[in-house]
Amino acid sequence: MPVVAHSHPDIRITDPLWLRGLLIGVALFFLSLFLLVPLLLVFSAALEKGVQAYFAALVSSDALHAIYLTGIAAAVSVPMGTLFGLAAAWSIAKFQFVGKNLLITLIDLPFSVSPVIAGLLFVVLFSPTHGYFGPWLADHGIRIIFAIPGIIIVTMFVTFPFVARELIPLMESQGTEEEQAARVLGASGWQIFWRITLPNAKWGLLYGVILCNARAMGEFGAVSVVTARISGVTNTMPLEVATLYNDSGCYSAAFAVASLLAMLGLVTLVAKTFIEWRVARQLDLAQKAGL
Amino acid sequence: MSIEAQRISKTFGAFQALNDVSLTVKAGELVALLGPSGSGKTTFLRIIAGLEQPDPGSGPIKFHDEDVAKRDVGSRQVGFVFQHYALFRHLSVFENVAFGLRVRPRARRPSKDTIHAKVMELLKLVQLDVQANRYPHQLSGGQRQRVALARALAIEPKVLLLDEPFGALDARVRQELRQWLRRLHDEIHLTSVFVTHDQDEAMELADRVLVMNEGRIEQLGTPDEVFHNPKTEFVMNFLGQVNQFHGRVEGGKIHFATLSVDAPHSAVSPSQQVRVFVRPHDLEIETHRNGHPAFPAVITRVHSAGPNVRIELRANTGELLQAEMPQDRYRALGISIDSQVFVSPRSVKVFGQEQGVFGHGEGI
Repeated sequence: MPVVAHSHPDIRITDPLWLRGLLIGVALFFLSLFLLVPLLLVFSAALEKGVQAYFAALVSSDALHAIYLTGIAAAVSVPMGTLFGLAAAWSIAKFQFVGKNLLITLIDLPFSVSPVIAGLLFVVLFSPTHGYFGPWLADHGIRIIFAIPGIIIVTMFVTFPFVARELIPLMESQGTEEEQAARVLGASGWQIFWRITLPNAKWGLLYGVILCNARAMGEFGAVSVVTARISGVTNTMPLEVATLYNDSGCYSAAFAVASLLAMLGLVTLVAKTFIEWRVARQLDLAQKAGL
Repeated sequence: MSIEAQRISKTFGAFQALNDVSLTVKAGELVALLGPSGSGKTTFLRIIAGLEQPDPGSGPIKFHDEDVAKRDVGSRQVGFVFQHYALFRHLSVFENVAFGLRVRPRARRPSKDTIHAKVMELLKLVQLDVQANRYPHQLSGGQRQRVALARALAIEPKVLLLDEPFGALDARVRQELRQWLRRLHDEIHLTSVFVTHDQDEAMELADRVLVMNEGRIEQLGTPDEVFHNPKTEFVMNFLGQVNQFHGRVEGGKIHFATLSVDAPHSAVSPSQQVRVFVRPHDLEIETHRNGHPAFPAVITRVHSAGPNVRIELRANTGELLQAEMPQDRYRALGISIDSQVFVSPRSVKVFGQEQGVFGHGEGI
């Protein structure tokens, strides 16, 4: 292999040490004030009444039900968002068709409307008393609003752009030459997708899935509009935190459930950082390879 | 296996990329599609491969007398080498080459051992067997190019099509790979078509060259034919340096740059405006008049680094000219910048004002 000489000019910053120290110090101070301290407070407030009370709050039937509902919402909406994201990104990045720009705009819709509006939208459609389809559904014994289907539908609505938004730029930057090469070599459409397109997009896909999951579990506004916020019946974890804190005054129980969500956030952050590093490395390698 | 593509046209929206182009490639032949960017050469190659569909009304595309125009690209069994290689970035060199065999339907898929043997044989052929477990980003440009070639050959293609195969490589690697590809072609005798905008590449590598411009064929011939007997002004201009004069045909003579030379027989009708072309190596430079028709000029620049010396001159009629001569000839003349010299064309090509109407000819 030929040796490539990298002759980067020395561009080290030469600001005085005290200035650098000051700037870094200010940045760290604000980060801790607004992020680290509140996060620590969540855990300390959760453990205020001792470890036993903490776990007791987590295994109370209302808390378990909230965890279960959040799990269901994520378990349905994340795979759906992933499937949709893959299909949308694949068609947008690899094919030319009429209405492509409209599709790209529509994908952004859930990002551009407030989740509360999204929730109201489904209330207008499905409310059993005054929704468009509500009375008919009610007659047939189907409940959507104030029930699990409503939670799932609004969660899907607010989370479905995540995977698509991650994949579209990645797939577009990768172009279609590899797919064409696979076609010439005799691969079928499915083989091209499974063997070329998907493996090339896997880190972007994983990144999108993680963001999608974080949002699905953390969504408050839209879900609160379509549920009656009843502990143990329609409360997801974020709603349960609010109910415990505002209505029941069980501060430490509220913080116990909140600490779970905070931990989910931390796990998401670590996974996100790792995948970002992988994606950056992949892009870097691709650039070096001129691929 | 021969290739025949008849009356191929292709339009993208309002842009006509190909206009009634036909080509027959004999079995075992290596043909270059040569032209500037936008001349339609890549589109033509992609249509032969099946990556693009020709316009309705185009003629057949035949591989060994079998019409494949209706066949899908995957079933045409063509080896295609992409300009930027299009290697599968997440697969090793070995898996890249094996891909075409692995995706075959079960009934036609070779056994694991057969695939392994076949891939290693191909990697030996392209001298990359040691790199089998590397990934594309770990290879140099020339190595990637060879992986792309091995991958294309793995499916035992009927024809090999290469799109600007050396376009992305630096000059030295390009030269090496060019000679290597020619030797490989002489070894395996696979009917091949490659696209290039580099005339030297086409001349050195190809058995025949198809010169294209603006979606049309300008000329098809051996490298010798297209270089020495260009059929059109475009070919004359595109293949190497030329000096151009505006001239006039009158009384069987061509008048240009204060010279009158005998018009080539049958070349042009009388009293016509013509363009006269002279290659730099056909411009003879003398320090004194010696009886040949010559016009005075002043040397403005000399490039002597290289096998030949390139000299830029200004004729007394104002034209800027280029001449080329061997080093010893240059030294014998004893000329340098600002020297007054006499220039006489050894051979000229004449094209009529309306290209193709008045024909062309050669004189002196």
